[in-house]
Amino acid sequence: MKARVLESWAWILAGLLLVGLASAVLPSASQSYPMYVVGLAGINVILAVSLHIVNGLTGQFSLGHAGFMAVGGYTAALFGTQAISEYKLMYISEPVSDTILFFLATLLGGAAAGLAGFFVGLPSLRLRGDYLAIVTLGFAEIIRVTIENVEILGAATGLVGIPPLTNLFWIFLWALVTVLFAKRLQESTHGRALAAIREDEIAAEAMGIDTTGYKVRAFVASSFFAGVAGALLGYYLTILTPRDFTFLKSVEVVVMVVLGGMGSISGAILAAILLTVLPEALRPLREHTGVDLRMVIYASLLLAMMLLRPRGILGRQEVWAMLRRRRKSPELEVAP
Amino acid sequence: MTEFFQHLVNGLSLGSVYALIALGYTMVYGVLQLINFAHAEVFMLGAFSGYYLASWLPAFQRGPRFLVVLSLSMAICAGIGVVIERFAYRPLRNSPRLNALITAMGVSMLIQAIGQLPFFMGPSPRFFPPLLPNRSLLSVAGVGVTTLQAVTLGSAVLLMIGLHRLVFHTRFGAAMRAVSFDGRTAGLMGIDANRVIALTFMVGSALAAAAGILVGLSYPRIEPTMGVLLGLKAFVAAVLGGIGNIRGAMVGGMTIGLVEAMAVGYGSSSYRDAVAFGILILVLVFKPSGIFGKAVVEKV
Amino acid sequence: MTCRQSRGPLDRGVGRSAIPRGASLVLLCAVVALAGCERKSGARSAPGLGTGGGSSEATEILFGEVASLTGPEATFGQSQSRGIALAVKEINEAGGVLGRPIRVITYDNQGKPTESAAAAHRLVVRDRVHVLLGEVASSRSLAMAPIAEEHGVPMISPASTNPRVTEGRQWVFRTCFIDPFQGRVMARFAREELGLTRVAVLRDVRNDYSVGLANFFVDAFTELGGTVVSDQSYSAGDIDFRSQLTEIRAKNPEAIYVPGYYTDVGLIARQVRELGMNVPLMGGDGWDSSKLYEIGGDALEGSFFSNHYSFENPDPIVQGFIARYREAYGEVPDALAALGYDAARLAADAIARVGSLERAAIRYALATTREFRGVTGTITMDDHHNPVKPAVVLKIRNRAATFARTIEP
Repeated sequence: MKARVLESWAWILAGLLLVGLASAVLPSASQSYPMYVVGLAGINVILAVSLHIVNGLTGQFSLGHAGFMAVGGYTAALFGTQAISEYKLMYISEPVSDTILFFLATLLGGAAAGLAGFFVGLPSLRLRGDYLAIVTLGFAEIIRVTIENVEILGAATGLVGIPPLTNLFWIFLWALVTVLFAKRLQESTHGRALAAIREDEIAAEAMGIDTTGYKVRAFVASSFFAGVAGALLGYYLTILTPRDFTFLKSVEVVVMVVLGGMGSISGAILAAILLTVLPEALRPLREHTGVDLRMVIYASLLLAMMLLRPRGILGRQEVWAMLRRRRKSPELEVAP
Repeated sequence: MTEFFQHLVNGLSLGSVYALIALGYTMVYGVLQLINFAHAEVFMLGAFSGYYLASWLPAFQRGPRFLVVLSLSMAICAGIGVVIERFAYRPLRNSPRLNALITAMGVSMLIQAIGQLPFFMGPSPRFFPPLLPNRSLLSVAGVGVTTLQAVTLGSAVLLMIGLHRLVFHTRFGAAMRAVSFDGRTAGLMGIDANRVIALTFMVGSALAAAAGILVGLSYPRIEPTMGVLLGLKAFVAAVLGGIGNIRGAMVGGMTIGLVEAMAVGYGSSSYRDAVAFGILILVLVFKPSGIFGKAVVEKV
Repeated sequence: MTCRQSRGPLDRGVGRSAIPRGASLVLLCAVVALAGCERKSGARSAPGLGTGGGSSEATEILFGEVASLTGPEATFGQSQSRGIALAVKEINEAGGVLGRPIRVITYDNQGKPTESAAAAHRLVVRDRVHVLLGEVASSRSLAMAPIAEEHGVPMISPASTNPRVTEGRQWVFRTCFIDPFQGRVMARFAREELGLTRVAVLRDVRNDYSVGLANFFVDAFTELGGTVVSDQSYSAGDIDFRSQLTEIRAKNPEAIYVPGYYTDVGLIARQVRELGMNVPLMGGDGWDSSKLYEIGGDALEGSFFSNHYSFENPDPIVQGFIARYREAYGEVPDALAALGYDAARLAADAIARVGSLERAAIRYALATTREFRGVTGTITMDDHHNPVKPAVVLKIRNRAATFARTIEP
């Protein structure tokens, strides 16, 4: 028992240390292009791991992640353009005040997205796999169409003038929080209930698990982090448009989760980083060949994965579990 | 009052487009329990094959020319459908349904991406040649119906009736229904499930091609992404009618078309796309089996 | 035996995969590594990466272009790209600027603002371009502008007409007129030239350009004494507009203002005629493309649109450009190609005028541009970095655009 508690604290402290060290040592995202991409990768990690909570851990196929991202992003951005640009907290210097308000804005975005997740999840989660996919897609589209029509959110032009307050520190920190949350959730009793729902929902219900309650909670948690990611993106790009949150964006995140292995957090992280770096790295290809093959490669990758290795790269394994097993003894290795 | 009837006509003509595409979705779902996301892309390929065929075929009489283009496109797309089934879906026949769903998404994305490459179709929209003339058929008290609207509606009804006959009054149809009920047992009864499924895809894809040509004629702008939104709304139509049910696809399509037309006419036109999805959510929340569907009890 | 088994969503049924885990990981890393290799060689060919490509000792001038080469407005991005490429080719053939050739680095943004920002960032921070060119759509230019501002790189948007792109910024310019002006142009034409009092509007709600232009038109038209009898919307990519048009028909307008892109306008025109309305349509520079007539056919006869230039302009600059573009690409240039051409030439002209590759100097030269003769008109930059230039109104006759009137600012 003590060992487990110590281990969790070790993880948290190590993580925080890493985050602090990384953001201090690495060049800032605005001055260095590779770091800019690292920032984008970090945001995608948050997206992938948050979607994993619903798609991978609970086994509910949601295609509406972009919608929650949009809700969180726009809420935080609205707060930013209305409040942060104009006001500052008393007695504190402006940069510090901005940072505090930015943190609050991110939380606000997450909360709004979580709330949206609750209202979307409650009616939808009684539906079966393919239907749930379409319904979540439908909700995301409705959210997007609504944003396009609301003047105060910038409509089609987009919400402009968001203060550029996201930096690598915040992205790393939130990524750490998301990963730790997902990991703790997965390894807890709560997580086991979710896994049971994933494996066989009817049996889980028969075992006394309130499947709807658990599913909705997972959905809310997932949407919260999606909203945080959206908020971070808004303050990174200083502009948010409905175009950023189409069905295609949801599919991109789904590809990350599927590629990494539905059921593996480290898989989702790996795939998120891979799939952020890949399109950026492929940019020169366009210059040399004159043709942009990014979408073709993306789709082919997804197809190849599903046909040749449907469990994804890591399946349901976690990197840390694999390392631990290797350390202990080779005979104890469980077949994946 | 004129407006109301005009909206009615608009809604029905739009609805027949949705119904045509929905028929294909409902067929494949009925047999395989798979949402064939690639169906929308086959629809798009049907429109494009019609476009290319029309430009390659020498010019002759309008009527026969249209039929030739139509049949050839349907044949081509039937072939494409079989190929997709064989290489993308069949390997996953025994996998969890989710894998097949994701694969379907992948196929859809791939076809769209390849279509937009410059050496294939390129992203710019093309003008679909007027294989059939589009004239005003009748104009009563300010309400107009064009020839193509009538043709589209008529084709949708004919195809639906034809499909219904196929599924309920032929041996092949019985085989289809058997496979949809329980593939393995159907196999034990001597039905080659693979063949039945392949033929189902052929028919579904041919229907998609027909829809593509009719849409190309009525709305002469075609582009590689034309299937996306139409496909989604058609799928909503299929679900609304009760997925797996042929009459349902027809009724669902008409309903969505009518509601959209009325919503735009009497509500706000900028929320048009949200209408179909709103309907979907309402249906799935209150009656997930759709209008004609029956609630299936899942035995454990 | 169960009737129908419900399966869990994960990979339970499949016992083995075709590729073992390690191999798949290695494969994916190899793909990324290969792509990463591309990046290295790309970096090596950009001059003076270590010393800063933007220095005045650079051996070539770098223009960074962000274009929507794929995605829903791919044709616009391609036109822009071609215009820029043609201009650069001509300039290089004539000896370059300050004795140095210009090289254009083009990145595709898939029509998305996020990608535009990333592309601009890459061009500015990694490739160290001297001038940033782009974009067509205002929302994408708005994503790029803060990056140009932050890093002090002059940016020229060829065709973004939303005033906010240059508002309050030091480093962002454009070569086109802005929507408040363009909306007013058509409103004035409708009132003064055509004498219309009742007009309906059909805007593309998904397109910030269309929405902005529609708003400015409505304001100007009502200010000039007209009435907007109906205001409907559609979404780019829609094929059926009959419901909106039926509503418009009920209000009996004398004309319909459709400030959208040509891709939709063609279909809209057809359906207007199919519903029995014989009124002229009016629009903005988004109409400009040869494909418009292909899709719209005879339905567009007698319609008008505002544009940056007219084919019939006898000015040798215009005719020469049209001829050379035709020779290079086999088709007639649209306004976006012309604007891209002007943007590239303006940048080169600014560099030549100030005689230096220092970004701040280039900025100064751009800001003080006077009477630059471009294909799309004579450009003089005002205090907001917007050119003061006239617009032309074109009338469609026999599936071609003919000159109707020039409207001065």
